[in-house]
Amino acid sequence: MTIRINRRRFLIGAGVTASAAALSGCSWLTENDSVQRVLAMAERLTMGSQRFLLSDQALAREFTEADLSPVFKSNGTHRPDSEAYAALAENNFADWRLVVDGLVEQPLSLSLADLKKLPSQTQITRHDCVEGWSAIGKWTGVPVSLLMMTAGLKPDARYLVFHCADEYEKTLDGSGQYYESIDLVDAFHPQTILAYGMNGEDLAVPHGAPLRLRVERQLGYKQAKYLMRIEVVDSFARFYRGKGGFWEDRGYEWYAGI
Amino acid sequence: MSATDSFLSMTPQPARRVLVKRHSLAVRLTHWINVLCLSFLLMSGLQIFNAHPELYWGQFGADADHSFLALEAVDDNGALKGVTRIGSVEIPTTGVLGASVINGELRPRGFPTWITIPSYRDLAAGRRWHFFFAWLFVINGLVYLLYGFFAGHFRRDLAPRAGELTPRHLAHEIVAHARLRFPKGDAARRYNVLQKLTYLAVALILLPLMVATGLTMSPGIDAAVPWLVDIFGGRQSARSIHFIAASLLVLFVIVHLAMVLLSGVFNNLRSMITGRYAIETELPPEGEERRS
Repeated sequence: MTIRINRRRFLIGAGVTASAAALSGCSWLTENDSVQRVLAMAERLTMGSQRFLLSDQALAREFTEADLSPVFKSNGTHRPDSEAYAALAENNFADWRLVVDGLVEQPLSLSLADLKKLPSQTQITRHDCVEGWSAIGKWTGVPVSLLMMTAGLKPDARYLVFHCADEYEKTLDGSGQYYESIDLVDAFHPQTILAYGMNGEDLAVPHGAPLRLRVERQLGYKQAKYLMRIEVVDSFARFYRGKGGFWEDRGYEWYAGI
Repeated sequence: MSATDSFLSMTPQPARRVLVKRHSLAVRLTHWINVLCLSFLLMSGLQIFNAHPELYWGQFGADADHSFLALEAVDDNGALKGVTRIGSVEIPTTGVLGASVINGELRPRGFPTWITIPSYRDLAAGRRWHFFFAWLFVINGLVYLLYGFFAGHFRRDLAPRAGELTPRHLAHEIVAHARLRFPKGDAARRYNVLQKLTYLAVALILLPLMVATGLTMSPGIDAAVPWLVDIFGGRQSARSIHFIAASLLVLFVIVHLAMVLLSGVFNNLRSMITGRYAIETELPPEGEERRS
């Protein structure tokens, strides 16, 4: 930590600050690949130390009904604009199916009614957006671990890729489709659920109807909305830009525990 | 008695300038690494803050909730205005806070481009810079704290001595500083009590508070160390304290730099680079270099 010094410094301090200011002015360091590789080392350090500190079963704080945010902010997509999604929403997602496939012994195709028949759990947790705001909501859904055990993972399964109905950025190559991925540590965490209920009601469209992911020890962008398919894979490098998620492809950390 | 001694004892003493060893290598190194870290942490931190330039108290806080501080852009009859709102008090800050010029055009923006890293809006890049320098800052800080405790730096140089904490002495120091009268001669060999208290507060309270509140914003750390979030009364409180403590650090640096300027820029800079600090003394004791 700092400090020390009595009154000195200044020229150099000013020099460093000025260089930082210059850097901020031209920002070339931010666009330099080698610099970015060095900076990215910190992400591995962060994930390594958090996974070391966090037992696999350590739980995110659960709150009470009294703690609920009066208004839970909807962020990202508020309503997927595809005709296919509009048709699904039209009849209350009766025709919607969640597909579970990839490196599984038994691929699944589940309707909302099928999911609601499975054992459910409810948790009141804090949603932390990468932007800095937080909201507390009550989520009801099916543990991801239950679906994975039902489907049966093949030995080389490493990640779950969540495909979503919303295209968050319009691109020519379709790489603006929202998706996310988590590893098996988070997939089998007791609070990782596929939520179809929020604050005691069916999940509303702005919050990801009919189904969204809750990975409670990570930031908001991991909580993928409008889920259509869970693909179990050994690597997410082949999806879109290869970083494991819509925001990850745009520079955000894959491990979003910080 | 040597010839020199008798000479000295017989003649009026001209003030002699001697170099004393002021700062150890560990202190100098950790100081400059810290300057680098805090510069990047502040500017990338303001980039992150710009993603949601409002502060809340408690566990949660988002658009619909009450914020006690906000940097906002408001439409005033078609003209964009920047407003800093503290509680219910609104202060016009167009051009700097709330709305500032981007590419020649006034736009909504918490802090202006010239003080954020990167200058343009890029939260992901701001986070990468912030967390990289946060790690460097924590490692550097641990080195400094270990050195401070175990090499006696805190005890020897920073712990106030008997008598220094009396109201009378403190009042005297405050008045002297206000008049910009800084210690001379032997009294300049050591930190004065205001320096000691300030450095201790920054090193042992303010900077650790930055780390603790920063970690409390991490949902992963909150699951691993749940009592952290309780200490600060919620993630949004921790975020606000992070911002307030950063503001206090900026205030400290401003005063610190002013003191450096007013009490001898060159001498101060040299002492933080080479370790040697010049003092004026009438009777240079023997073994000058060994006393520090």
